Amino acid sequence: MQLEAGTNEKNLAVQKLREREPQTIAEVIESRGETTVVMARRDLIRVCQFLAQDQSLAFTFLSDISAVDRFPIEPRFEINYHLLSMQRRERVRIKVRVAGSDAVLPSVTGIWPTANWHEREIFDLFGIRFEGHPDLTRILMPDDWEGHPLRKDYPVEGYR
Amino acid sequence: MATLETQSGPAEPMILNMGPQHPSTHGVLRVILELDGEVVLKAKPMIGYLHTGIEKSCESKTYSQAITLTDRIDYLAPLSNNLCYCLAAEKLIGLEVPKRAQYIRVLLTELTRITSHLVWLGTHAIDLGAMSVFLYSFREREEIMKIYEYVSGQRMMTSYFRIGGLALEPPPDWLDLVRRVVANMPGHIDEYENLLTKNRIWEGRTRGVGVLSAKDAIAMGASGPMLRGSGISYDTRKTFPYSSYEEFDFDIPVETAGDCYARYLVRIAEMRESLKIVAQAMEKIPPSGPFRAEAPGIIPPSREEMKTSIEGLIYHFKIFTEGFAPPPGEVYQAIESPRGELGVYMVSDGSPKPYRVKFRAPSFVNLQSLPLLCEGRLLADVVACIGTTDIVLGEVDR
Repeated sequence: MQLEAGTNEKNLAVQKLREREPQTIAEVIESRGETTVVMARRDLIRVCQFLAQDQSLAFTFLSDISAVDRFPIEPRFEINYHLLSMQRRERVRIKVRVAGSDAVLPSVTGIWPTANWHEREIFDLFGIRFEGHPDLTRILMPDDWEGHPLRKDYPVEGYR
Repeated sequence: MATLETQSGPAEPMILNMGPQHPSTHGVLRVILELDGEVVLKAKPMIGYLHTGIEKSCESKTYSQAITLTDRIDYLAPLSNNLCYCLAAEKLIGLEVPKRAQYIRVLLTELTRITSHLVWLGTHAIDLGAMSVFLYSFREREEIMKIYEYVSGQRMMTSYFRIGGLALEPPPDWLDLVRRVVANMPGHIDEYENLLTKNRIWEGRTRGVGVLSAKDAIAMGASGPMLRGSGISYDTRKTFPYSSYEEFDFDIPVETAGDCYARYLVRIAEMRESLKIVAQAMEKIPPSGPFRAEAPGIIPPSREEMKTSIEGLIYHFKIFTEGFAPPPGEVYQAIESPRGELGVYMVSDGSPKPYRVKFRAPSFVNLQSLPLLCEGRLLADVVACIGTTDIVLGEVDR
């Protein structure tokens, strides 16, 4: 596979999204050389499909999905998708915020199969559900574990 | 699956539990295998037996304290974890690390890649029945461990990289030890290759076994030698250089077959490339100069300064009691660890403790491909597939 040096100053994903799907962008954050696109849950799948399948963008590699619990601030959960385009040497972070009372997101396993275990991990440790996931079970904690350890209202030393 | 027939009628597949206590699962991996005779119909990795909640613990430690936890994630490559964590924290704070420290970091992380690959080679070979390689590779690993001990005082859990630079000035003659390793290692690698590369049993056990296509490798998020063994030339050190890697001249070994043998070749070649980088780094490291950044309030003052100046004493006291608070924000920093893309996603809320630290562990992601590698193949091949996935369970479970 040929790798080309990225020459664009601005993130191409943001440019393309502004052209094609401007209504999906809630906010663009440029900080410390990283680009974050914040969007609503309902747009997630459509945008991810576009980013992964558009030939000129080619975000074919999903590096990581990480969740953050902002408890007690609502919407409480942030889910960050770290995408990588190997050909264009570019990264972008997609951020979706969901409320604690409605912690459900559509699964991206259909776009990037690697999301399977990342989503299971987040389900296990944060209690966020992913709709359409093929096997949404606990992965690190025992099956009969109570609570979700990485939530901020879960004590570090565990429940005694 | 429903078509299994025996003389006495239809048969059911056998469920076999491999692990968590099994020598060739390299720790505490459990794989549930569904077998038709010796053929694996389904393989399901079960993980979590070594989950120690490192990410949760990080949230209750200061930025500097959490470094010691990172050693324990991938315990075969502690310096790679130190480096990734420190780079993320430095990116968050906006710290520039002196060149001398950057080169020493490069040198030591490349030695880490060699030690990690040596452990992989030895254990993988012993899994497949080649006993002597194990003894040789651990002998050479010990030589590099001596360097770690000489430099940092620890063989394994070094915590030698600190935010802003290094923990301490390396001893003046430490490069002599490195020079000896660089001189002897190529001959040792030849020795391993003599034992394995053209060995018919070795080829029989690894060629065409556990094939991962380039398309699947990307879809499954595989990285490191798993990805490069499948024909994709991607290396974080080249694509997103960190710690001055752009100043070093090295190649990225790539193989196209995607099988266990290809991954073996990639790792052997990577050890040689790492030696090239180590040799270049030795030339580049200036004999003296600062080994950590100048940043009062973040980097502890020198012993001398702490004893003689009141500011030094105050900074020393504040750093070790309260820690320091990076400005709020988030970063994702990736490095090329021996196993692939190791990432740290770090969130600061402006307090002296990280609000969230997430480790994107390459072993965790690479292990997901295991069912693809061994389904439809023989039970004995499962061992070869686990071996070349090169997982470290401490990193998988964190």
